[in-house]
Amino acid sequence: MTDTASTPMDEAIGRDNRPDESSEIMLSVDKVFLNFGGVKALQDVSFDIRKGEIRAIIGPNGAGKSSMLNVINGFYKPNEGSITYKGVTRPQMEPSEVAREGVSRTFQNIALFRGMSTLDNIMTGRNTRMQKNFLWQAIYFGPARNEELEHRRKAEDIIDFLEIQAIRKTPVGRLPYGLQKRVELGRALAAEPDLLLLDEPMAGMNSEEKEDMCRFVLDVNDEFGTTIALIEHDMSVVMDISDRVVVLDYGIKIADGTPDEVRGNQDVIDAYLGVSHG
Amino acid sequence: MANVQGALPDLSVYDTGPKLLLWNAEIRSDRPAMREKYLGIWQTWTWGEVSDEVRGVAMGLMQLGVKRGDRVAIIGDNRPRLYWSVYAVQALGGVPVPIYQDAVAEEMHYVLENAEVKFIIAENQEQVDKVIEIKDRCPLVESVVYDDPRGLRNYQVSYLHDYAGLLVDGRKYADQHRGTYETEVEAGRGSDTSIMLYTSGTTGRPKGVVLSYSNILISSLNAVKFEGLNEEDEILAYLPMAWVGDHIFSYGEALCAGFCVACPESADTVLNDVFETGPTFFFAPPRIFENLLTSVMIRIEDAGWIKRKLFNYFMELAKEWGTKIIDGKSVPISKRLLYALGNVLIYGPLKNTLGLSRVRIGYTAGEAIGPDIFNFYRGIGLNLKQLYGMTEASVFVTIQPDGEIKSDTVGKPAYDVEIKIAENGEVLFKSPGLFREYYKNPEATAETKTKDGWCHTGDAGFFDSDGHLKIIDRAKDVSKLNDGTMFAPKYIENKLKFFSDIFEAVTFGAERDYVTAFVNIDLEAVGNWAERNAVGYASYQELAGLPQVYDFIEGHIRQVNEDLMGDPNLTGSQIKRFLVLHKQLDADDGELTRTQKVRRGHIAEKYAPLIDALYSGQEECSIETEVTFEDGRKGSISANLTIRDVEAATASVAKAAE
Repeated sequence: MTDTASTPMDEAIGRDNRPDESSEIMLSVDKVFLNFGGVKALQDVSFDIRKGEIRAIIGPNGAGKSSMLNVINGFYKPNEGSITYKGVTRPQMEPSEVAREGVSRTFQNIALFRGMSTLDNIMTGRNTRMQKNFLWQAIYFGPARNEELEHRRKAEDIIDFLEIQAIRKTPVGRLPYGLQKRVELGRALAAEPDLLLLDEPMAGMNSEEKEDMCRFVLDVNDEFGTTIALIEHDMSVVMDISDRVVVLDYGIKIADGTPDEVRGNQDVIDAYLGVSHG
Repeated sequence: MANVQGALPDLSVYDTGPKLLLWNAEIRSDRPAMREKYLGIWQTWTWGEVSDEVRGVAMGLMQLGVKRGDRVAIIGDNRPRLYWSVYAVQALGGVPVPIYQDAVAEEMHYVLENAEVKFIIAENQEQVDKVIEIKDRCPLVESVVYDDPRGLRNYQVSYLHDYAGLLVDGRKYADQHRGTYETEVEAGRGSDTSIMLYTSGTTGRPKGVVLSYSNILISSLNAVKFEGLNEEDEILAYLPMAWVGDHIFSYGEALCAGFCVACPESADTVLNDVFETGPTFFFAPPRIFENLLTSVMIRIEDAGWIKRKLFNYFMELAKEWGTKIIDGKSVPISKRLLYALGNVLIYGPLKNTLGLSRVRIGYTAGEAIGPDIFNFYRGIGLNLKQLYGMTEASVFVTIQPDGEIKSDTVGKPAYDVEIKIAENGEVLFKSPGLFREYYKNPEATAETKTKDGWCHTGDAGFFDSDGHLKIIDRAKDVSKLNDGTMFAPKYIENKLKFFSDIFEAVTFGAERDYVTAFVNIDLEAVGNWAERNAVGYASYQELAGLPQVYDFIEGHIRQVNEDLMGDPNLTGSQIKRFLVLHKQLDADDGELTRTQKVRRGHIAEKYAPLIDALYSGQEECSIETEVTFEDGRKGSISANLTIRDVEAATASVAKAAE
């Protein structure tokens, strides 16, 4: 133990073999502009996400973080610029296509089917993976049933992974907020994404729930090799779990780098703490 | 397989657990031995498969270096692989030391150190992390094997081993060295130490109770004979593996009778798992029966009036006649018919929702059970009985025989158990299950076990006119008020706890002028009351401090006082003042033991200002308390508590009540 601050736990957990400059680029955003009328939500933003990394997007309120996520996921069409995903460059992404191509996401304000059970909500996440058409599903027996069994197994894998067995059949609307967030993550995972977009996964949680969620995010990345882009407000969480951080302020990228680099960046400090214009 | 139905083992031949496992694998190879729900589906392993896997694990552990006499800690929830690890360790002549899965790292460290544990078998990352935290201070620990690899993949720790990998290696070794396993098993003797169980330690540090195979197996076989258990039975193993009860029911009795043990999917799904597996033999401490009943009553209160009326009518009937029917007493035919109707309409469906339809034998022990709760379950036709036991006795001291069930006794001496009452009222026993010693603690052993083989239970009690043992309190807790009145705190606390609004109560009175009480409200019951009466509250603390809550707690205390009035010895120990605590008593804060028993001394120390206030006539008292969160961090909460006086019941009140 050379470093006095390091505990036996820190030594035990290996966080090397992380993606680095040599890693494949999964997604890159190139000179993206997004305007809503006169409001410039994003201006000339470029960054990339490497395969297998946990990439955080941070910034003060109204910095354009959620807009950025919505651009990646195809919900907003950028006015200028291009997005390269898995080697294909396009001016904009199509939500349905993007979902089939392996991008799934969670929302800042939970968007689950409140009257449906946890299991059913997770099963809806399998939607993009269902091959059999409506007619087969109506007949049910035969191929569609085999397919359903396969999907159910996947859903159960996720239930086991997220430790939500006890609420398998509980309607989501009856669950506490922290668990709903977990179910939403479950639904996103059900699509077996290559790239997972998390919009404030820990907002409104108490510290114990946050710790659980952090562990799940790390485990998803670790077990399934899923690339993760997350927006988060809690700085300690961001600095702890992400490999690289991009910082937005008023729609402009002001910093990009490892948590340590970003932490020391004067622009970032100014953006968060304010700067006197005297 | 009809020829082995109900076959019981000859313990002079099969004198160890691993030998009995081989016996079961031989005579009932295809019968289910273990179940676990995995990915939403119940998986079953037969005795043959279990025996085969245990052989592999044992050989794997042998390659890891486990030798005869080595202590191996087992830490985790009830998982089949952990049960199999117990067998595997024993097959090699090692001694399993199960540790409570919710023990924090420090508690774990004490046991590892005290038992000189060399190997650890841990369930998952949570347990492994605790071990890593204290590993520096446990130089004896050589290797740690984990069951669930989740989250552990990138750990760079040389002493960590994966159970699955160990099993593969072990199976390979077993194939190459046939007979090695059997030779190892053969070398075991009935007099060998089979397991070390750490007692929860109501006072002081936990003590390692050393039990032999004979202790465990003879006690188990006696119980199997007493209850007529056989291979058709089924239980759910959901109580901690480190608790002697689970070891007897899910290990000893399962081996002797050859029945199937199911493990719950997770700790939160137990009630649902009971429903799905439909056990025939079910153990639960009074608290669980109480919680079940509370949840039933809450649902009934929310039900429509027809259902409510039906429920209340038939429950009255059950209370009056149901218990008599189950005891085989004479009951008029008209009542029997009505009861049968009730069974179709209420009791049957109710038992089914609770998952108790198939239960032949239900046990409850550990604490006194409220007569209302006890009679509720017996009334709806559940053969619930009480027993009295302890780790030092391999569970069984007394047990209620079928047809002789009372809510306020713990039954008659179990097979081969002798009991005598000491002059100070303490219960002493002698039995085949009597433990050998407390590990490395000869003083404590000598204090508990007399030279001529009697064991001090530490409980005060007496036999009633039917030869049933009645336990009133811990012998050392029974004391006197300043005026010489007998004060049995637990006796009074139990009466309070029988009210569903009260989660826990602690009374004081030893060498004082009068009796006072701390009351802990039951969040579920009181919270539900608040919801139905539109009483707003933001936290446990606020709810506990509401004047309305104080009002009905006062009502309960008055009732207890009237009860005490009826007993000439105890009428002087009525409660005069009380307060409602602002936080729930918790094992993490050292206020309860891991088995949820009150740690009186610790509470008296921690809340000393409150006790002073109770005896100084103040009407309010402020206190700041330290709380420990589940992850071990500490915080503090402060509160202003109201203290209330309660009028003592007098003879005239008692008369009026009659």
